[in-house]
Amino acid sequence: MKFPVPHDVKANMIPGTEGWERMYPYQYQFVTDDPQRNQYEKDTFWFYDGLHYPEPLYPFDTIWDEAWYLALSQFNNRIFMVPPVRGVDHRIINGYVYISPVPVKDPEEIGKRVPNFMERAGFYYKNWDALEAKWKVKMEATIRELEALQIPRLADMEDMSVVTDALGESHGYHLLKNYDDLINLGIKCWQYHFEFLNLGYAAYVFFLDFAQKLFPSIPAQRVTQMISGIDVLMYQPDEELKKLARRAIELGVDEVVTFSPEWTDVEAALKKLPKGVEWLTSLNLAREPWFNISTGTGWFHHDRSWNDQMNVPLSGIATYIGKLKQGASIDRPTEKVRAERDRITAEYRDLIEKDEDRKQFDELLGCAKTVFPYVENHLFYVEHWFHSVFWNKMREVAAILKEHGIIEEVEDVWLLRRDEIKSALWDIVTAWATGVTPRGTQIWPKEIVWRKGVMQKFKEWNAPPAIGTAPEVIQEPFTIVLWGVTNKSLADWASVQEVGDPDSITELKGFAGSPGIVEGKARVCRTVSEVGQLQEGEILVAPTTSPSWAPAFAKIGACITDVGGVMSHAAIVCREYGMPAVVGTGHATKIIRTGMHIRVDGSTGAVTIAR
Amino acid sequence: MGSLAEAIGGLAAGASRAGPPIICWFEECLKDSVPLVGGKCASLGELIHAGVRVSPGFALTTEGFRSFMAQAGLDREVAAMLAGFDVTDLDALEAASARIRAAIEAQPFPIELEDLVAESYRKLAVRCCTPAVPVAVRSSATAEDLPGASFAGQQDTFLWIRGIDEVLAHVRRCISSLYTGRAIAYRANKGFAESEVAISVGVQKMANSFTAGVMFTIHPANGDRSVIVIDSNFGFGESVVSGEVTPDHFVVNKITLDIIDRTISCKEVCYTVDTKTQTSHAVEVPFERQKVQSLIDDEITELAWMGKQIEKHYGRPMDIEWAVDKDLPAGGNIFILQARPETVWSGRSQPALTASAGSAMDYILSSLLQGKKVG
Repeated sequence: MKFPVPHDVKANMIPGTEGWERMYPYQYQFVTDDPQRNQYEKDTFWFYDGLHYPEPLYPFDTIWDEAWYLALSQFNNRIFMVPPVRGVDHRIINGYVYISPVPVKDPEEIGKRVPNFMERAGFYYKNWDALEAKWKVKMEATIRELEALQIPRLADMEDMSVVTDALGESHGYHLLKNYDDLINLGIKCWQYHFEFLNLGYAAYVFFLDFAQKLFPSIPAQRVTQMISGIDVLMYQPDEELKKLARRAIELGVDEVVTFSPEWTDVEAALKKLPKGVEWLTSLNLAREPWFNISTGTGWFHHDRSWNDQMNVPLSGIATYIGKLKQGASIDRPTEKVRAERDRITAEYRDLIEKDEDRKQFDELLGCAKTVFPYVENHLFYVEHWFHSVFWNKMREVAAILKEHGIIEEVEDVWLLRRDEIKSALWDIVTAWATGVTPRGTQIWPKEIVWRKGVMQKFKEWNAPPAIGTAPEVIQEPFTIVLWGVTNKSLADWASVQEVGDPDSITELKGFAGSPGIVEGKARVCRTVSEVGQLQEGEILVAPTTSPSWAPAFAKIGACITDVGGVMSHAAIVCREYGMPAVVGTGHATKIIRTGMHIRVDGSTGAVTIAR
Repeated sequence: MGSLAEAIGGLAAGASRAGPPIICWFEECLKDSVPLVGGKCASLGELIHAGVRVSPGFALTTEGFRSFMAQAGLDREVAAMLAGFDVTDLDALEAASARIRAAIEAQPFPIELEDLVAESYRKLAVRCCTPAVPVAVRSSATAEDLPGASFAGQQDTFLWIRGIDEVLAHVRRCISSLYTGRAIAYRANKGFAESEVAISVGVQKMANSFTAGVMFTIHPANGDRSVIVIDSNFGFGESVVSGEVTPDHFVVNKITLDIIDRTISCKEVCYTVDTKTQTSHAVEVPFERQKVQSLIDDEITELAWMGKQIEKHYGRPMDIEWAVDKDLPAGGNIFILQARPETVWSGRSQPALTASAGSAMDYILSSLLQGKKVG
């Protein structure tokens, strides 16, 4: 399989973006001036991480990429000593992140790492539940610390308490320090993110692998079904909406709750009624922490939480109130889901012919079941709860940058790298202390206008799915399970590059996320704010979905996503609702348009477009 | 299906006669009836008891076979001809076979036997609401279809047989097929005594199939026991069994019964019955139907469900022939024609994937070291 040479791709510069490299850390560049590094980059296989980054990265948002670049790699390579694999290397072209697992090539070194890995990873597997409980305590403390963090404004005259408390420090210093603390908390949170995740995925991927050896045709979705939890945190926000819908009917305020799609109107109306106030109390209890759920994946600054966009949960509550008043059940069929999971597991198990294999199956299933709750639950803590609070703290920092003329709008802050923000804060604080104008006021606004133009051009660019030289073997568990890098996906990626005209495509392939066949009208929703347009029975086509999209699933007939595997949110929810899903199609939102008649086969992973 | 068995239970022929019956309706056949009705008919009876729909019919039992051979003195004749015979002499073998077969085919049935077969055939026609109902007449050997001793095809099957005289003639031809040169040689090589050899003959309503084919309750390509694989084409199953066309191909998840893979092929030929001659013959599939899915999804699911019941009943992977009957309404028109143990994968002794099951940790480590092959 041939893929383009990274440096050729990069050299084919989009006109008007020259100099874009300064928007990202220097180590992310494919280079031509360092022969050794250049050769390594050419010999390596890089694939576009479309799973996490459907769009080019804003300079600030690179923080999470750097965070996991470090965290994943260190746990693989320096902490658990995974024998055949080091970390995952990163590059950026035109704002798009390319990654590559780095193997340990020397067999002797691999051998030396084995006992270390057995001891270290073994410790975690053996003590999983106890360590996971510790993790939860650490993580919650980190979030509390983040919530308590103050981003101080700079007063013309410091408060008298600075004097009477003999504080000996200014708010200028606090601003610098607390910005550092904010960033450090973010990095720490991502350290924890990966403490268990690789081991969790390893247990999952090799259970999957064993099941596929036993049953070569077993769909991955069935393996996932055997281990997926029922009581995972990610379902809780949606459960809260259902509770609030029931509560509204109970209190007789359901008509007030549904009278307008605007939260501010609804809230004002509710406040005038005693029962309305009672309902608002229930709502406020649910908001912390559950409404910290992001409306996106949480990876990007533009993924706002329900707390930021109350119209989103309000529309969900209204949908559930509507269903309840029609007499429809809105309960998740948990008993049914559990019974089906147990039936499927038992039937597959009974088909295993050899006792040794059945024993191995039991061992791996048990291990996967132990680790899997973490694999699902960490998302709520990190990507949703922590990130939602973090983005808003950063907006407080941005407000100060704006106040001091560094940026024109709060949302401009994302166009700066986090180290550039640190420099700008030094500029502000020293100028504030001294009583002069920060130098950055004449630098950053112009630069931001230019960077906005660059970002726009990046968005229009089509990132090739893979570049460099394809390897013979991939050992990094994430690469296999999360990105689904297999022989087949490489071939699919290579073939997509060859299709010139997107209007000529009549079939898309993705992962079979949830079985069944549905034909119908497509509705492309790029963000959760567009799900209000969905009509009953339409087929949702989305870049990816997240738990905040949950109410949309009560309406649709099937779902297609650009990114995600059989464990993605869309696949899991569709399996529960018993509707087909094809996930990880790569390009569905670019090729399918609203109103097109399409056929979704969730058992084979095929989407057919009637042209 | 149980009620059907009850309803016609009283029709069983030979009930008043002492000793084993001459005729057995399929619903009276059981797994342990193999010595009496042969493998095929016993398995049809078993299928009915497993809750699976089969085309109705009856068996002339091995008792009937023996009585035929004995009354005409054929058994002595055959024994004499084959005593001390050298089966490696192929010319002599073929000559002996031809003589035996001609003798059998020329020999009329004793009246008592003929009456029993004729009466059963008439009852079958009544049951199918079709005068002179077309039937399949096929041999049901007592040693055939057993795992490890499969010599399918060594005995004959005659399709679209109508009228009692034709039925009787073809029953004799089935009996004579027991004495093909290959069958005699096979028995000699395997050490089956000629005096112990017996055959039963099944007479079964022809499924007037709209679509037909085969179904395996194991993946024939990789031995995966979690799937059911169905091959289908329009018309009779012959085109699929013979490999004359590339059939439509469906892979169904055995556990959840969803269709996980489908290939719709271009099917240029199918077999239908010639209404004048009542024989099946190949016709070209009209161009506009060639690429149409020959089995609808609901039928695939129902068929796979039946496959699962059959496998459960026999406790092993099965090789099944089936048909969708165009004369009957949807919901009651899918018939299992034949089911026998799958022999390719079942006969193979598969090593366990793991030499000795270790901890999850050991497996994860060894798998990590192997990695996933790419490219």
